[in-house]
Amino acid sequence: MIDHDNAYGGLVEARDDARWAFGTGFDDPLAGVDTTLPPGVDGGALAVYCLMLADDALVASQRLAQWSTHAPELEEEVALANIGLDLLGQARLLLARAAAADASVVPALPAGSPVPPEDALAFFRGASEFRNVVLCEIANGDFADAVARLLIFSTWRLALLQRLRSSADPVLAAVAAKGANEVTYHRDYAARWVVTLAGGTDLSRRRIAAAIPRVWPYVAELFTGHPTERSLVATGVGVDTAELRPDFDKVIGTVLHAAGLPVPDIADAVGMTGRDGAHSAALDAMLAEMQDVARTHPMGRW
Amino acid sequence: MSAEAGWPLYEVFVRGKRGLNHVHVGSLHAADDSMALRHARDVYTRRNEGCSLWVVRSDAIAASSPDEKDPWFEPSHDKVYRHPTFYDIPDDVPHM
Repeated sequence: MIDHDNAYGGLVEARDDARWAFGTGFDDPLAGVDTTLPPGVDGGALAVYCLMLADDALVASQRLAQWSTHAPELEEEVALANIGLDLLGQARLLLARAAAADASVVPALPAGSPVPPEDALAFFRGASEFRNVVLCEIANGDFADAVARLLIFSTWRLALLQRLRSSADPVLAAVAAKGANEVTYHRDYAARWVVTLAGGTDLSRRRIAAAIPRVWPYVAELFTGHPTERSLVATGVGVDTAELRPDFDKVIGTVLHAAGLPVPDIADAVGMTGRDGAHSAALDAMLAEMQDVARTHPMGRW
Repeated sequence: MSAEAGWPLYEVFVRGKRGLNHVHVGSLHAADDSMALRHARDVYTRRNEGCSLWVVRSDAIAASSPDEKDPWFEPSHDKVYRHPTFYDIPDDVPHM
């Protein structure tokens, strides 16, 4: 059975999968991974870095979950939900790592609350404590907006995870190795839809041509390294996000060229520093919905 | 474009990790073969069911008619001599 009290339980436990027609045969991405803090690594900085990577995934996941019952086709709805759940899994591992690296980042809950640390981080922090990039939180628009954002986000995150696979923190390295496979598919999914919409009907081309410039102002923040990120680059734990830009530009350029769409040349969204907790009002509304049930029942067992 | 407006129907076959052959698991709509494969991946392998996928357009499948079920299949019900049960199968021959 899956141990819901342990974030790693679903990954680590060997289970009897005879009841599944095809078997499950899950691999454990953290098998043999030493979860103790590597010497010389600042636990506080590692925790903040894990929160950044976790919150990107968590907020993006919630936005994808909001597509349920709204997607244009049943098959696309399942695809978007799958991608959201992949990201939720990454978020859970990273939030658990953040809590293990520095317990002081976990919000205090009533004594005796059974809520695990990764859930406390997801459901009991306010918007100003979230460290996701603003790209992830902007409200869902139409399906073209969804694939445009997913293309930008997954292209950037894949470049990041590919480098993070050699992180000095073995847990981050294992999470990145697992996540890189997942995000490779997300990027492929988004890139195909961008090209398909651009080559479809007049309406679909108009929609995707409008969607790319709408997300573009949030691109620059992805490559603006936060001081905490930079401090972890020196110890080999973190990735210098500014270094990812050439890879990103190459992939996006290829996709947009295939779609016959221009690479936007428009100004960045100014004053947006999600890494420091400065967010748009859209995040407040999204978190109010996401956190409502958990906050109403801080002693709840799920 | 909605499925009703023209996406053709595809049949999906999955080969499980421990399976030897692809098994029909269901059907879906998609605009073309490439999209059908991806839809099949998203809809039919999300619980770790498979390691290989086939999709084929439903209208490319020729099927026997349910009306002819008895004349087609009933005659084989009582032909026990068609089963080679008198052979000894060596222990190291699997999947027989």
